[in-house]
Amino acid sequence: MDIDICIVAFSQSACLAQAGAANEVELIMPELEAVYRQVGISNAQDVDFVCSGSCDYLQGAAFAFVSGVDALGAVPPIQESHVEMDAAWALYEAVLKIRMGHAESALVYGFSKSSPGELPIVLSQQLDPYYLAPQWIDSISLAALQARLMLDRGIIELSDMAAVVASSRRCAIENKKAQLSGQFSVSDLLKEPEYVSPLRRADCSPISDGASAMIICTKSKAEEWNVPFARLVGIDHRIETHNLGMRDLTTSHSTRLVAEALSIHSDSLDIAELYAPFSHQQLILEKSLELRPETDINPSGGVLAGNLMMASGLSRVGEVFDRIVDGKASRGLAHATSGPCLQHNLLAILERG
Amino acid sequence: MGDTNKETIDSIEAPIYLKYNFTAGLAPARFLSHLKKGILTGQRCPKCDNVYVPPRGSCPACGVATETEVVLGNKATVQSFTIVSIPIPGNPIEPPFIVANLVPDGANTSFIHLMSECVNEEVRIGQRVTAVWKPEEEWGFAMDNIRYFKPLDEPDIPVELIGHLSVNGEEG
Repeated sequence: MDIDICIVAFSQSACLAQAGAANEVELIMPELEAVYRQVGISNAQDVDFVCSGSCDYLQGAAFAFVSGVDALGAVPPIQESHVEMDAAWALYEAVLKIRMGHAESALVYGFSKSSPGELPIVLSQQLDPYYLAPQWIDSISLAALQARLMLDRGIIELSDMAAVVASSRRCAIENKKAQLSGQFSVSDLLKEPEYVSPLRRADCSPISDGASAMIICTKSKAEEWNVPFARLVGIDHRIETHNLGMRDLTTSHSTRLVAEALSIHSDSLDIAELYAPFSHQQLILEKSLELRPETDINPSGGVLAGNLMMASGLSRVGEVFDRIVDGKASRGLAHATSGPCLQHNLLAILERG
Repeated sequence: MGDTNKETIDSIEAPIYLKYNFTAGLAPARFLSHLKKGILTGQRCPKCDNVYVPPRGSCPACGVATETEVVLGNKATVQSFTIVSIPIPGNPIEPPFIVANLVPDGANTSFIHLMSECVNEEVRIGQRVTAVWKPEEEWGFAMDNIRYFKPLDEPDIPVELIGHLSVNGEEG
């Protein structure tokens, strides 16, 4: 990248199973205030660009994302954009904006209340509208098909999936924002009944309400603000066909392509935060990314510990940022996904400033 | 391909039904709870002092939470209006009727409501109106607790003062 892009602030709400009466604006505002405080600015007027990620289907209202702008203080008018995607892609748009020289700083945020609707059913409507969406195939069933393929081909075993869950729950004990945490053994987890065969409930990320926010900027702006930062040295994404029958669901071709494009193994990775909404998908990602034993995977617990739709991808980047700024890591990988069975994948590489 | 005798499919039917438990928000929930008791309230921005009705949780101009409740009066001023001359499906009101943007005394923003007991041709911007509430036993968590607004025998408010009156009206 010609322009050094730095992450200077990140905040995420707790992952709540039900945020009660709070609406989206009320979920967003505390996270925005937190990132403003981290860099010492007063509101969105103090950055050059704002981009958000959300999905109106989660709220069940057309143009629901527009109400999110009420959290920004957009008087006088600001430069603002939105993606109907996870906010990791809003981050991508903000990076482009800065790289093109159109902005020196940007605020990025993602939010959702997934609890009001039936999330797996709502997500069925992101499938292709002619063949799959009218069949109402829910996101858990599709993930179960994928897990079944992997088990039957002997690529993974049920105990591998349970080990992913056990690790997530254990790491999440240290994560105050996590929804699910605790010490569970593989054998404990395998005693639980099947939910959507071969998945157990614990193999599926929980339904969570909340928001996260981030501020990025050029290196000179970060120095002007005089705040600790992590450098965002690479970000890229690839998407696979919406026709599930044409994909090899046991691997992630798109993730592999992004990893190659970004040369993620050009130096060692201390941590990797992966957006795997289902336990077996973490195994797919680990393999497609060719992660090595020295890489600490999902130290936050990942999204099996709490899954903020439209914010969890941005939060993966934020979790890596936090650990770099805290000195716990010097180089890390963040991953975000979207669509059924890891259809669309984004990677970001962060390094110590 | 090439078989031009086949019927062309130019559309399919795929209706979408999704159920949601709608939540209004913490601030709108307080507004609706007061409305249930027959009290119209707004919320004040701690930064710019503007009072919003109905409150949505934030001051969109400043981007901060509006947490102070302000009890508004029953009186309001017409900010804008239209005469609806066509029937609206599902709406029991007989046209022609008036839909108006009304700013209640004490608030800086308007809401949309109906006007009645008025001569439609005489309705004007700046006109003073007051709320006509339904009987108390019919009150719910809804704006139609107020059946409509009717004209008041008070002098018009100059356009530049609309949205800048205190809770006690022009004198307050």
